[in-house]
Amino acid sequence: MKADEPVELQVNDVTVSYANGMVALRDASFRLTGGAICGLVGVNGSGKSTLFKAIMDFVRPVRGAVLIAGRPVRAALKANLVAYVPQSEEVDWTFPVSVWDVVLMGRYGYMNFLRRPRAEDRRIAEESLTRVGMLEYRERQIGELSGGQKKRVFLARALAQRSRVILLDEPFTGVDVTTATTIIELLRELRAAGHLMLVSTHNLGSVPEFCDQVVLINRTVLAAGPTEEVFTEANLARAFGGVLRHFRFDESTVQKHDGKAVTLLTDDERPLVFGKDGHLEYSRRAGHEQVVEQRAEAEDDQ
Amino acid sequence: MIDTLLTPLEYDYMLKAIAVSGLIGGVCAFLSCFITLKGWSLMGDALSHSVVPGVAVAYAVGWPFAAGAFGTGLLAAVGMAFVKTKTRLREDAVIGVVFTAFFALGLFLISINPSSVDLRTIVFGNILGISDPDIVQVAVISAVTLAVLGLKWRDLLLFCFDANQARAIGLNVTALHYTLLTLLSATAVAALQTVGACLVVAMLVTPGATAYLLTDRFGRMIGLATAMGVGTSLVGAYASYFFDGSTGGCIVTLQSLLFGCALIFAPKHGLRAARRRRQAAALAA
Repeated sequence: MKADEPVELQVNDVTVSYANGMVALRDASFRLTGGAICGLVGVNGSGKSTLFKAIMDFVRPVRGAVLIAGRPVRAALKANLVAYVPQSEEVDWTFPVSVWDVVLMGRYGYMNFLRRPRAEDRRIAEESLTRVGMLEYRERQIGELSGGQKKRVFLARALAQRSRVILLDEPFTGVDVTTATTIIELLRELRAAGHLMLVSTHNLGSVPEFCDQVVLINRTVLAAGPTEEVFTEANLARAFGGVLRHFRFDESTVQKHDGKAVTLLTDDERPLVFGKDGHLEYSRRAGHEQVVEQRAEAEDDQ
Repeated sequence: MIDTLLTPLEYDYMLKAIAVSGLIGGVCAFLSCFITLKGWSLMGDALSHSVVPGVAVAYAVGWPFAAGAFGTGLLAAVGMAFVKTKTRLREDAVIGVVFTAFFALGLFLISINPSSVDLRTIVFGNILGISDPDIVQVAVISAVTLAVLGLKWRDLLLFCFDANQARAIGLNVTALHYTLLTLLSATAVAALQTVGACLVVAMLVTPGATAYLLTDRFGRMIGLATAMGVGTSLVGAYASYFFDGSTGGCIVTLQSLLFGCALIFAPKHGLRAARRRRQAAALAA
């Protein structure tokens, strides 16, 4: 495939079932073209990781097929078309390898039988580490890094692999704000260069911020397409069922006096809401009538 | 004094025993780096016991012992994989059931046909009495193992560290899995001669575990482990002449002593280093 040709990922009617008979994914279909950042959104157990596994040939679909740049998965992997950034929990951080070793592993597919790095491999590995701001840590053992730095090392490995399709599994869990920003900036640069990124996440708030495409899944593909079309309340309700947590301002203790000065804090669970003066707000008025009255009186006094 | 120290080297059988022990010790130690990092230590123990019925049958019918041993070793590995996928048993239970079944069968076969091979030889090793054809078998196994590890250690390292990445860049992970498993069985067979079925697992785990405590770099870990494996095996085999004791026991005791030293004195991952760090943290607080 030519370097300037946009890469395409096709998932055609893919059904995956496991040995115990459980169907993890049924008739999943969507199509994506690079450069794009696509959020893969669904609850735990909705088939996000199964879909990743199908794209990387870890599981064979019983029906349907995945095509990358028009090729079957195995051929695409051999051609180094797909890179993968694992979840931090999947990595053995006590393993005796340095940052540099890990990034060079991204180049294995280009090396000869003995996997001896050539000058070109070293140059690309160095460049990848520089791009994620980790070059000065190259001699560190991987366990001696912070959560965000660890993530960046594996991102550098994916960069060193020079793949057109990059799969990122929950890249924002356990990551500091700086790293999250670095990752998003990097993803945008890669999109501009024509890469296709598929990012699995259950962090809904971050999706509209950096994804231009969304695939919503729950055991099958519920909706796929541009974020503004797919990321609607109705679709999300379908994808998450009763799992999503609500904070409806019209039912809460938030009042007129709070105006637009309401602060909403969330760690992806129930949001914590503070009113104008930093007072705590409750999601339901019932049981908090006294609070509502007191604050309303205070407002009248002013 | 010098004369006394040189006496063992005057005997042909001692020279052979020392050389073969050193070779096997080095090969096992090299492999032990992969085994400990992959978490296959228990698997090594299982395979080294599972080769026993194969050895018994091979001696009884006059085949090379390595062929028989290798056969039942792989059969046990396949059996364990089969039971694990087909039942809800946990892996440790599966390994425990399968390898003891093989080992028991081996003991039984030897006991009903005692003329072919001595039980003590298999269980405790008999490097001092190793025959020339057996030396050839051990040498061939060692050469093949060293060649495969020497050529493909980077692929095997990636397989141990991150099998998903290995697959994602198009490596044949199934082939790597079986390569490592085959090397494990083969070296277990070779080490059987030196230290016996009971202690093979020590040769396949202890040097790697010791080196792992001493360094954070895989290349250095291989170097340290292999040096320790060769050193302890040469010295152990040589020293066993003076103690008139079990060669296998002597070698493994030395390896365990080194492990103990590393556990306490290792510069970064040792107990003393950990205590120093705790004290420094307490002072800083």
